[in-house]
Amino acid sequence: VTARVIAIAWALGLFVVHAAMAAPICAPGQPEMPSMFLPRSEPAEIILDITWLVTGICAVIFVIMEGLIIWAIIRYRQRRSEADGSEPPQVYGSNPIELAWTVIPLLIVFILFLVSARGIFEIDKQEPPPGSLEVTVVGHRWWWEFDYGELGFVTANELHVPLTKDGEAQSVFLTLESADVLHSFWVPQLAGKKDVVPGRVNHLWLKPRQMGTYVGQCAEYCGNQHANMLITVYVHSEEDFDKWVANQQRDAVEDAAVADGRDIFMRTACINCHTIRGTVADGTFAPDLTHLMSRNVLGAGAAANTPDRLREWVWDPQNIKPGCDMPSMKLSHDDTDRICAYLETLK
Amino acid sequence: VTAAPETPRLLANAPALSKLHQWVVTVDHKKLGLMYIMSGLVFFIIGGLEAVMMRWQLAWSDMGVLMPDEFNRLFTMHGTTMVFFVGMPILLGSANYLVPLMIGTRDMAFPRLNAFGFWLFLLGGLLLYFSYFGGQGLYGMGSAPDVGWFAYAPLTERTFSRGHSTDYWILGLLVSGFGSIATGINLVATTLCMRCKGMSLMKMPLFVWIMLIDAILIVIAMPPLAASQVMLLFDRSLGAHFFDVQGGGSAVLWQNLFWFFGHPEVYILILPAFAFVSEIIPVFCRKVIFGYPLMVAATVAIGFISMGVWVHHMFSVGLSPAVNTAFMASTMLIAVPTGIKMFNWVATMYGGRIRLHTPMLFSIGFLVQFLFGGLTGIMLAVVPFDWQVSDSYFVVGHFHYVLFGGLVFTIFAAIFYWFPKASGKMLSEKLGKWQFWLLLIGFNLTFGPMHVSGMLGMPRRIYTYHADRGWEFWNLLTSIGVIFQVLAVAFFAYNVIRSLRKGKPAGDDPWDAWTLEWSTTSPPPAWNYDVDPEVRSRRPLWDKKHPEDPDWKYE
Repeated sequence: VTARVIAIAWALGLFVVHAAMAAPICAPGQPEMPSMFLPRSEPAEIILDITWLVTGICAVIFVIMEGLIIWAIIRYRQRRSEADGSEPPQVYGSNPIELAWTVIPLLIVFILFLVSARGIFEIDKQEPPPGSLEVTVVGHRWWWEFDYGELGFVTANELHVPLTKDGEAQSVFLTLESADVLHSFWVPQLAGKKDVVPGRVNHLWLKPRQMGTYVGQCAEYCGNQHANMLITVYVHSEEDFDKWVANQQRDAVEDAAVADGRDIFMRTACINCHTIRGTVADGTFAPDLTHLMSRNVLGAGAAANTPDRLREWVWDPQNIKPGCDMPSMKLSHDDTDRICAYLETLK
Repeated sequence: VTAAPETPRLLANAPALSKLHQWVVTVDHKKLGLMYIMSGLVFFIIGGLEAVMMRWQLAWSDMGVLMPDEFNRLFTMHGTTMVFFVGMPILLGSANYLVPLMIGTRDMAFPRLNAFGFWLFLLGGLLLYFSYFGGQGLYGMGSAPDVGWFAYAPLTERTFSRGHSTDYWILGLLVSGFGSIATGINLVATTLCMRCKGMSLMKMPLFVWIMLIDAILIVIAMPPLAASQVMLLFDRSLGAHFFDVQGGGSAVLWQNLFWFFGHPEVYILILPAFAFVSEIIPVFCRKVIFGYPLMVAATVAIGFISMGVWVHHMFSVGLSPAVNTAFMASTMLIAVPTGIKMFNWVATMYGGRIRLHTPMLFSIGFLVQFLFGGLTGIMLAVVPFDWQVSDSYFVVGHFHYVLFGGLVFTIFAAIFYWFPKASGKMLSEKLGKWQFWLLLIGFNLTFGPMHVSGMLGMPRRIYTYHADRGWEFWNLLTSIGVIFQVLAVAFFAYNVIRSLRKGKPAGDDPWDAWTLEWSTTSPPPAWNYDVDPEVRSRRPLWDKKHPEDPDWKYE
């Protein structure tokens, strides 16, 4: 009986309990849980509607079938009086009954098919809706590059989009490309996932409904640090987004106070991989650091972007994100401090 | 009860080495079947321990039990082991052991090919595990493969996978795959050509029918895998560019090739579960299987449709909406014959006299859990829902409900059911029930919460997660469930060892069953039957036990 109780409790509890769990866990100001049940964008909402339908149908079938199984076990368990070597009546089959449970499931999946097919064509847009903000997303091992194209800057790991443009809801159209292996772009509250396939250009459509911070991560195994390839999406008001864009468009800050740190950076192999706009550093293998301090995380979410963690990162990234492509540069403590002081000015 | 044939004295008193030699050189389908199953169980323990380590690492956020590369090797080895070196050998082993007995013949059609198939399988498994020692290769990098069990390109190319670990993965699967193809051909030939007198195709036990379809699927699905493994080997060793994107190859090509094998493979693994319960449920309900012809038709339909659903592993790849819609339709369609089977098993229980012995308990566990896994499968066929949860823990939960809650539960059902036939000893019912309840609780505790963590955004194959994601509770439940499962498997191991030494003697037919294998001795002699059997119905022993009301009157 315990087993049956557990089984049924799962079926009912599974899809209800998490919703209760998800809401109170989020402290105010913190990003919500990346739950597909808290959709904040149109495609995610469409998917959730379809999910409720298919879950409902499956839950009904589950309850009926489990009920039949349990009832059959209880009702037809061998009684002591029956243990006399006699056998129950043998029933070899029944054409009308078997026809019924062939046709009824066919009808159910046909309905499910129609609803889902409509959803596919509604969500899967091959062309950007008019007036979309277009961003090219490039998956790297193990970080995300966001190229804002016409706006003229590149950033990493944190995608910023506006909720509206000229008062109208703003569609965001992502073009997904890979620099190396397969990745997958997944921010459950905004849309379903779309794989990032080398040698192929994919698209993903978002249409945020609410300002906020939404988290997600790479969902296709891509090697060692697949777990630390996180995504944060900030949905801003129009004004905040414009301010953010204006800042990103500026070249890196030049601060004479940290000139020695800057010199060390430019003399070291850092510049082979990193870009800092307005300087000689123009590498593209690693995240653009022009506005490093406008970001909240390091190493695609491996650590928070605080002065302490930044220093640890520059000293030896392998301690924070073992296996990542950035080596320890074997800098002295002084040089590390100076480089960090310089990096901290890159607002 | 026929008298047990006397064991030739020469063998009974032979030294241990000679006995071992007997097993190594044997071409007896029963010995080979048992060796398949025993090696499958050993690999099951190994693969299980790999899972235990992963669940330790994931029990809470930011744990440091394993390094990322160690974790990635573990899930690759766990998946590869469970599919190719647990599921496959146990299904091939049980078909090997039971099909000739059930169709009343002396051995498989090609006994030496049969032995060859087994030894290839074992060599493949050893090659895979040798990678832990020999996978370092020239670069001193790698150890066991860490590319995931479906080894998506281009992660498997030399550029991203240095050393030899991926080569061992390729060779291990290639070699054991040839073994599976050989045994598949053997099973088809045996079933089609060696049935005893009176056994037309429609008088074969359902087990034999389902294993025939299974063997046909193996013969169709394994060669594409072998071909893609050879292509990958060319890429890695001879500078070809089939999957090397930078050289003009295609990453999606590998996915198509792999899943063209991989989806039929899933049905290759689950069909034996259907085969086991289709024999066990009728016997323990004391009723003939309900709707035999439709069950056969449903099996054929599943085999057929399973060839045309592979793209449902690739819904998020970005293929066109038309392709996604078409494969959604075929995937949903496969639910219909599977549903028919479910209904027919329940209908078999209806009006029966159900005896809740251990084999039946595990079969009920299968019904309850496979139903859940099947329904989440329908949900996953819904492309928009799949876009959210594919490659998440929801999928991990789903396929464990099918393959663990389904296949592994029925493997235990089958072992409890046929162990007396193979060994002549009964397994302990009491220990068996302990194992069943522990496994039932542990299994559901482990794999139920995975559906939740998946829908809460947790992707599969991550070696750690940060506290801000809020996934700890569900992961902790999952990891706690593992403890129950480990205990259950310990009960099983103890039960087998204890029963082999001092289990109750089984006799020929301990369950009062109806198929031919119960008419010979336990264990059966090397030649299976003293006199060639002759059957008139699907349940020859029912006819014998109920001459006044035989089956052949109604079939």
